[in-house]
Amino acid sequence: MQIGIPKEIQENENRVAATPKTVELLIKQGFSFLVENNAGANASFSDTAFKEAGANISADTAQVWQSDIIFKVNAPTSSEIDLIKEGATLVSFIWPAQNPELLKQLEAKNISVIAMDSVPRISRAQALDALSSMANIAGYRAVIEAANEFGRFFTGQITAAGKVPPAKVMIIGAGVAGLAAIGTAGSLGAIVRAFDTRPEVKEQVESMGAEFLEVNYQEEEEVSTSGYAKTMSKGYQDAQALMMAEQAKDVDIIITTALIPGKPAPKLISKEMIASMKSGSVIVDLAAQAGGNAAFTVKDEVFVTDNGVRIIGYTDLPSRLATQSSQLYSNNLVNLMKLLCKNKDGLIDLDFEDEVIRGATVIKEGKISWPAPPINVSATPAPKVAPKVATVTPEKKSNKYIKPLAVLIFACLFGYVASIAPSDFLAHFTVFILACIIGYGVVWNVAHSLHTPLMSVTNAISGIIVIGALLQVGSDNAIVTVLSIIATLIASINIVGGFTVTHRMLKMFQKDK
Amino acid sequence: MSQGLITAIYIIAAILFISSLNGLSSQETAKRGNVFGIIGMFMAVVATVASSQVSGLGYITIAMIVGALIGVRLALKVEMTSMPELIAILHSFVGLAATFIGFNSYLDHGVLIGTAQSIHNVEVFLGIFIGAVTFTGSLVAFGKLSGRVKSTALSLPGKNWINLSAMAISAFLLVSFVGGDLGLTALIIMAVIASLFGIHLVASIGGADMPVVVSMLNSYSGWAAAATGFMLSNDLLIITGALVGSSGAILSYIMCKAMNRSFVSVILGGFGNETFVQNTDVDQGTHIETSASEVAETLSMAKNIVIVPGYGMAVAQAQYPVAELTKILRSKGKNVRFGIHPVAGRLPGHMNVLLAEAKVPYDIVLEMDEINDDFEKTDVVLVIGANDTVNPAANEPGTPISGMPVLSVWNASKVFIFKRSMGVGYAGVQNPLFFKENSEMLLGDAKVSVTAILKNL
Repeated sequence: MQIGIPKEIQENENRVAATPKTVELLIKQGFSFLVENNAGANASFSDTAFKEAGANISADTAQVWQSDIIFKVNAPTSSEIDLIKEGATLVSFIWPAQNPELLKQLEAKNISVIAMDSVPRISRAQALDALSSMANIAGYRAVIEAANEFGRFFTGQITAAGKVPPAKVMIIGAGVAGLAAIGTAGSLGAIVRAFDTRPEVKEQVESMGAEFLEVNYQEEEEVSTSGYAKTMSKGYQDAQALMMAEQAKDVDIIITTALIPGKPAPKLISKEMIASMKSGSVIVDLAAQAGGNAAFTVKDEVFVTDNGVRIIGYTDLPSRLATQSSQLYSNNLVNLMKLLCKNKDGLIDLDFEDEVIRGATVIKEGKISWPAPPINVSATPAPKVAPKVATVTPEKKSNKYIKPLAVLIFACLFGYVASIAPSDFLAHFTVFILACIIGYGVVWNVAHSLHTPLMSVTNAISGIIVIGALLQVGSDNAIVTVLSIIATLIASINIVGGFTVTHRMLKMFQKDK
Repeated sequence: MSQGLITAIYIIAAILFISSLNGLSSQETAKRGNVFGIIGMFMAVVATVASSQVSGLGYITIAMIVGALIGVRLALKVEMTSMPELIAILHSFVGLAATFIGFNSYLDHGVLIGTAQSIHNVEVFLGIFIGAVTFTGSLVAFGKLSGRVKSTALSLPGKNWINLSAMAISAFLLVSFVGGDLGLTALIIMAVIASLFGIHLVASIGGADMPVVVSMLNSYSGWAAAATGFMLSNDLLIITGALVGSSGAILSYIMCKAMNRSFVSVILGGFGNETFVQNTDVDQGTHIETSASEVAETLSMAKNIVIVPGYGMAVAQAQYPVAELTKILRSKGKNVRFGIHPVAGRLPGHMNVLLAEAKVPYDIVLEMDEINDDFEKTDVVLVIGANDTVNPAANEPGTPISGMPVLSVWNASKVFIFKRSMGVGYAGVQNPLFFKENSEMLLGDAKVSVTAILKNL
């Protein structure tokens, strides 16, 4: 099947849905490619590079849209939809919840549509989770944009000209974008604090090196099962606003990423908070598309308040890092195709048994299949069912008298044997016991890594049994002589073999030079 | 040579043997230790041969030269992956020698009367018993380790009763032998029973419990030598036997502790005597498969890398490519270390020897306790052919491996597991590690996989 890569026509869109590398990978799976002239130019992928990877280049937009499969970044416009041929498959961001009109238009074309924004958020689907890929980039770019507008260093320094304090960054929402922002700000040297309404992300925040801000309010325990945060109660929101107001006075940069799917973004940073911030502070509002988390946020612009706080409302952050985001997005598409084309024969199959494909497919063969039935995806443990303890080992009915009793019996027995045995035996016995004690002490000190050489060297020295055999060779009894010669022979194997192999092994142990 | 001088030499030899084991406390002194052992052995043998009690020098020379040649050949030829087999077969030799010497000692001994006679008889009996068990047990162990015998645990009905009755009959035979009723017949019957007992004992122990079995047989071979020392009234034999016996016993103890199982339950065979409800219906989720190129890419970005090898690495003979990988990664300035679980492999310290053979420096090969706290700061863990020793289920109740100390690799940022298939490990417990979000599986032969990564680096 032919995959078409049209050039993105939306303003400020630099991304492209394929790279030379992914073209190469999918050609191996049996697909062919038709890439529109200059489709990758803004993301630094030249037509020549695509051609070298095996794609065909066409200047005819309509021809590209006639492909069997269309890879896109942004949802198509109505004029683009007109170009799609019947029975084709479109893969793109669609946002079906926000764009019901678009969905109807696509349905009318009798095609199949896979929405990369509707991929279920389960572990297995992570490889094709384009939202996470893009959020990761947005989080990174948000810090870069903030640094660009911010008039100081992020990292603290002590220079000859004086001391520079580190910047303080607060990140609201510890999703993929928030975590990426934490990492980026931290690696620039800033002091990073992060806040999220889901207490279960505390560990992730701390593992990235940020401080987790906690709200002093007890919300009723309920674990999010959709992977997203949900709206909180009034009491919690008040306590949260109080905490943020305090933080706003202290920090230099705030990055907000709080989104609730299908609803306008929660207003978290009020006018009063912004008024209390220091002049030169920066707010990056990643929720600008959905109305913004901060007051004053203007979509796609930098707004400067009266007290000199800059509020960045860009919505095209992934596109501002076009090469990177094209790479990751197109990789997501390759991983999607791996699921769709299991036989590597260049044909795709929308198998609804697979919950990942089921979730992502919003239109199948001209019929709207959105929304997909929900899947429970949370990574946190479900409310604990009392663990099934298999068999409880019954407590052994140990009598505390047994041990002393055994010792006593043993002592009596030993005393009896000692009283009748010749003194010779006792002398040997003394040697035996002392040797055991020495052996115990010495062997505990042997390095664990030398346990194999220990075994082979003990093998060798237990060949000392040869002495017994040697003493018997001269016997008058023929059987005894034969047996003792055999014993001598095999004990010698032990001695020589044991020492040799030990030597061989020990020679191999080398210290790092 | 006078008896006094011989005794003096024996004492020196005993001291040298102790120093030999003492030398193994660190890699720096280990080679010197081995040399001490060789000197001690040489002195003891020469002194014995030179004593007036020994005759038939011609036979002795031939036997010892033939033995030495076979020994050298075995030792130089053996692959490091087959060390467990060699160790096992050497144990069996000690056992067989002890059995022969025991019989000899009965057939041809000096004049003994009264208690001395009884005690000597007990010594002979015990010497033969231990020797025979060691002999046949080690042979079976050898067979299992070298793949000549199936390594799964044999489970005869009422196996514990079989063992018990073997012991009981032997005890009865001991009494009648010492009483003098049956004489040689009793000894022979007992030797047969002991041989069968040794076979059954080892046959009913499964593959991954082999480290315990081999250590245990090591211990037995020591006790057999000590028993021989008693019957011949030879202190050097007693001392050496006691050293070896306690060494093996300690190793067995360490191995059992590392599996959180009692010695008795290992000896009585497999996991058979405990019944666990397997939660097979629990959905473990899905595992993610990866490719060599992806692993190589992740490795090239990582700083802290830990490699956890297991028996699978030995089976695939993957230690050389692994060492090569280590070398390349270290030359790129990465911190590469190894984490060794005490029971990894089929012999205590087996992994260390394999890695040393492939020239991995021993100071980056760490024990479980040394490395377990470092996983949180580790970027990538490569689990090569290990399963039960990295199973997080061990930290939860209700599984056969519960309570066993394991390497907590899942704390690292990323875990790659090299495995032949998605099957369960020796303990038959599903490993939740494979389904964790930060783990990816690289299925296939470990050697092939590691070589493929090398190509991609």
